[in-house]
Amino acid sequence: MRADLEIIQQWVKPGHHVLDLGCGDGTLLDFLKRERNASGFGLEINPDHITTCMNRGVSVIEQNLDTQGLDNFEDNSFDIVLMTQALQAVRRPDKVLDEMLRLGNEGIVTFPNFAHWRLRWGLALSGRMPESDALPYKWYNTPNIRLCTFKDFEALCRQKGIRIKSRRVVDGQHQNNWLARLWPNLLGEVAIYRITREKTK
Amino acid sequence: MPDPMPVDSVGVVTPQTYHFETPIELACGQALEHYDLVVETYGELNADRTNAVLICHALSGNHHAAGYHSVDDRKPGWWDTCIGPGKPVDTNRFFVVSLNNLGGCHGSTGPNSTNPSTGKPFGPDFPVVTVGDWVKSQALLADRLGIECWAAVVGGSLGGMQALQWSLDYPNRLKHSVAIASSPRLTAQNIAFNEVARQAITSDQEFHDGRYYDFDTLPRRGLMLARMVGHITYLSDASMGEKFGRELRDQAYKFGYDAEFQVESYLRYQGERFSEIFDANTYLLMTRALDYFDPSYEFGGDLSKALAKASCEFLVLSFSTDWRFTPARSEEMVNAMISARRKVSYAEIDAPWGHDAFLIPTPRYTDIFTAYMDRVAREVGA
Repeated sequence: MRADLEIIQQWVKPGHHVLDLGCGDGTLLDFLKRERNASGFGLEINPDHITTCMNRGVSVIEQNLDTQGLDNFEDNSFDIVLMTQALQAVRRPDKVLDEMLRLGNEGIVTFPNFAHWRLRWGLALSGRMPESDALPYKWYNTPNIRLCTFKDFEALCRQKGIRIKSRRVVDGQHQNNWLARLWPNLLGEVAIYRITREKTK
Repeated sequence: MPDPMPVDSVGVVTPQTYHFETPIELACGQALEHYDLVVETYGELNADRTNAVLICHALSGNHHAAGYHSVDDRKPGWWDTCIGPGKPVDTNRFFVVSLNNLGGCHGSTGPNSTNPSTGKPFGPDFPVVTVGDWVKSQALLADRLGIECWAAVVGGSLGGMQALQWSLDYPNRLKHSVAIASSPRLTAQNIAFNEVARQAITSDQEFHDGRYYDFDTLPRRGLMLARMVGHITYLSDASMGEKFGRELRDQAYKFGYDAEFQVESYLRYQGERFSEIFDANTYLLMTRALDYFDPSYEFGGDLSKALAKASCEFLVLSFSTDWRFTPARSEEMVNAMISARRKVSYAEIDAPWGHDAFLIPTPRYTDIFTAYMDRVAREVGA
């Protein structure tokens, strides 16, 4: 079992209505449907992924976050809004975060950490844009146009009044790693954040 | 018919007529005392009767959706590209039912049928039927065929509206509703085009207030004009441009008003041919059914409230260059489904052919349609 799926599953209650932004081939939604009897939708733009979702029975909507936004979804219409490995690929991650917490009580976000030691080391030694398991692209063809570090993300959350309920760190293969937990911004490759709106006092 | 018959064709098919003796009450308040429905079926109904798929036709369609009527037929049924062995609606797995709707002119009871109370064709006395009436008659047909629950109800354009109406009127009698290139209701522009078509027909001198049968004539010019206008809305600017451009039939301008451009002669030919094979009263009726369709009407315009009754899953598909029923119309439907928390999948398919794209197989359209129907088949054990 992929550790990230296992972790996310723990945060989804039975029967939750979820929205998955950039749902890929529907693996996560399919998993949550089977394990948690979750309902909901995935948004995706990759034609092959959309076809796969439809074939496996995952409700998928072709919708582009950058050009179409999320205006068609109503406030508080989901229990949880998910975004796994897609935040770094949208034009305005800050606005997407706002939208996630407009639509859902809670958000779950995962993204690759650009401050992982191997990336730092690669850049320092070779002077070239780093590549890794989590970031397997060249600088000119990468869909990951908004890379950040765990610290960057947490600073943005603070600035926006977004409360981080939990953070779990896994490696590039989405496995648990105790070292990464100890020193996440250097040793963690992928973080899974559980976020919510700061309660107004 | 091609020789040899392609392996993915349902082959030679024979329509069947089902006669109904129990009166059917219609939305307009009238009833039809008895009526016929002409039906074609492809594939085999399984022992559990779970693999039936209903195909709903669009404005000018009929029961002949796939295969050939005889070895001399030049063209197959109107949706042969999507129905057959190994095609998206796979007749090796599904039992496919396709009918001519009430009010049609291809064998089901309609304006050109004999009115039992006068012994003459109904003509304008045939009641205006609605999408809801069609769905009701289709449910009665399902009863007759022993089908309690459709694996899917599938349609394009006006056919997609029937698929949507099914989900509201008989929520427990379908597992999936597939609405392709469709719309939850017509826009003012859509209705305007229909009105031009109707005016063309009713202002034809040969129309005789819809009783042209009694005068042994047909409102050919009017129906031809209606079809020409309609046909333009089925194509895109780009596809017309690609097909005809500004090509002339002869080398030079003739400084007259005959059909000089290829596109003119094409439209005239299409219109003339159509005016010989289609009934003008049926055309009026079908366009009116389109105008009236609006399941949100009794819910203050809120389609999501109407959808609260639905329990099936939905597939909605639109085409990028369709300007008759634009992707925005499909998205309107999808958003209402999202808001009603119905299960829905949606894709906008890039295709250059305008509204007609739903009849033309393109790789992505075929892939998606096949993938979805494959899952439907697995679900119902087909």
